[in-house]
Amino acid sequence: MTGPDAAAVLAAEEVTLAYGATAVVHDVSLAVDRGGVGLIGESGSGKTTLARALLGLMRPRSGVVRYGSRDLAALDRAGRAEFRRAVQPVFQDGSEALDPRMTAGASITEALTTHHRMSRAGRKDRVAALLADVGLDPALAARRPHEMSGGQRQRVAIARALAVEPRLLVLDEPTSALDVTVQAKILDLLEGLAAEHGLGYLLITHNLGVVGRLCRTSSVMFAGRVVESGPTAELLTRPAHPYTRALRDAVPRLGGEPPRAAGRTEAAAAASGCPFLPRCPLAADRCREEAPRPRDVEGRKVACHRAEEVLDRAPVAHPRADASSPAPRVPHDGSETPDAPRQ
Amino acid sequence: MTAPALPELRRTPLRRLAGVDRLAVAGGVLLGIIVLAALLAPWIAPYPEDGGSATHPAESLLPPSGAHWFGTDQVGRDVFSRVLFGARTSLLIAVAVLAVSGAVGVVLGVVAGYAGGWVRDVIMRVTDVFLAFPALLLSLALAVVLQPSVTTVIVAIAITWWPWYARLTASVAASVAARGFVDAARCLGVPAPLIVLRHVLPNSLTPVLVQLSLDGGGVILTAATLSYLGLGAHEPTPEWGLMVHRGQSLFTTDWWVVTFPGLAILVTAFAFNVLGEGLRARLSR
Repeated sequence: MTGPDAAAVLAAEEVTLAYGATAVVHDVSLAVDRGGVGLIGESGSGKTTLARALLGLMRPRSGVVRYGSRDLAALDRAGRAEFRRAVQPVFQDGSEALDPRMTAGASITEALTTHHRMSRAGRKDRVAALLADVGLDPALAARRPHEMSGGQRQRVAIARALAVEPRLLVLDEPTSALDVTVQAKILDLLEGLAAEHGLGYLLITHNLGVVGRLCRTSSVMFAGRVVESGPTAELLTRPAHPYTRALRDAVPRLGGEPPRAAGRTEAAAAASGCPFLPRCPLAADRCREEAPRPRDVEGRKVACHRAEEVLDRAPVAHPRADASSPAPRVPHDGSETPDAPRQ
Repeated sequence: MTAPALPELRRTPLRRLAGVDRLAVAGGVLLGIIVLAALLAPWIAPYPEDGGSATHPAESLLPPSGAHWFGTDQVGRDVFSRVLFGARTSLLIAVAVLAVSGAVGVVLGVVAGYAGGWVRDVIMRVTDVFLAFPALLLSLALAVVLQPSVTTVIVAIAITWWPWYARLTASVAASVAARGFVDAARCLGVPAPLIVLRHVLPNSLTPVLVQLSLDGGGVILTAATLSYLGLGAHEPTPEWGLMVHRGQSLFTTDWWVVTFPGLAILVTAFAFNVLGEGLRARLSR
């Protein structure tokens, strides 16, 4: 791609998205280039809606989604086909993302043959190779989704996405429907594949640990707005927005909803002031009167009037800000006593 | 309190499945027998010529006997033979109506459900217009306008039947269209018509198939009603509704003329219903 924004493969520019009269994403800008970009937020924050717009499944009410330098909504037929080959999704739940009536092989074949003609033998070989790429036995090609495990289904969905040889993946909570142990394996796989194929990806999640491991830059969404964006390591170690901070403080409870972040997003309360006001521990008069605009603070963009104070607060003792492997220490089955295994 | 619940949980679905299958199988077998009887009528009917225009005035209104199991009618035709041939007419009507209205309804429904927006609005409003008329009344009006015949019956019923399938399919297809695998296909760049054919249609069909089999009985009853009112099949076509109509005045004296074709209608409608119920229970498991 050539053009002014040659670096970004896919970008949202001040995108507002609405279902009917209800806007759920407000003026969000986000760019995905060849590396990994994280998009963090709780349920209902609008991150999946934003993903749908980036995938061209939904038109922005205002603002532009760009593929390279071109407006997605204005692409001609050929441009659209090129976009479809370049950008592929991996959705949250593999059992939803695969047609229950199709075998894994048929689903992947559909991807192979949508843009190219292929001989029968060629298809079979490609399907087997793709399944092997995602760590599956090629014999699974004959299975239907209900005959596979959640992890296998998600691998098949990834294989299908890779079948068109995309440049960029939109990963919408690709592991949240899976067991913790399987989550780690799928993330390993995605990380390896992205490196191997030089893929860019947007990783959407509510899990900070995952982003810390896979994404160099990240954006944090709250109530349909990006409240903070910047280098992931910075965000995790020194959050500048109280919401990022609340999320980070909730990290050890992997898989669970962050304590303060649970529940519905109070959109009504944000009529004039800051959308995070109802939950903010630092709310001041100014926050009630004026919605903060994103501004540059120490190498990141933050939408908070009191970002400097948040930054200056001594970091809470938090050894697991980079909690990368969402695995064994979570006593999710109650079999471990929480106090015992302290080394 | 949770422990004793376990074995129950494990057993119930199995038992339900077994019961459900038996029901569907019973309906299927019964319907199979009726279909066989219809197909083989010329060979198994004791008096095949009575399925047509033959008359035997000397043998009119004989009660059931070894020679005439279901007795004979006013013109001496064997009622058993005519009931067998009547199965052909009734099943033909049922299959034709279900095929035509099912095809029209499913195509319109799937398009409406997937496309949404104004396409859906237009199709659904047209559907509503057809549904606004009482079905039997519309069928009657049509049958009156057209010449009474088996074809008329098929057309008249199909016209009132398809909107139900359109509406059902549209709602199912709309929910299928919102599922992840349809989004995935769109993201692959699969053209919309192919998405509908490959993903939306196959995944929307199950409830329609169940409804079709449930409706088989209703179609046969409606067809019998039209013929009974003299708006459908006419003599000497062997048609159950027509036979009931012709025999009703004799009910107190020569009960067999009306009873056996009436029973045939009942049994066939029942078989369709049992099959449909069984399928529904099984598929919505």
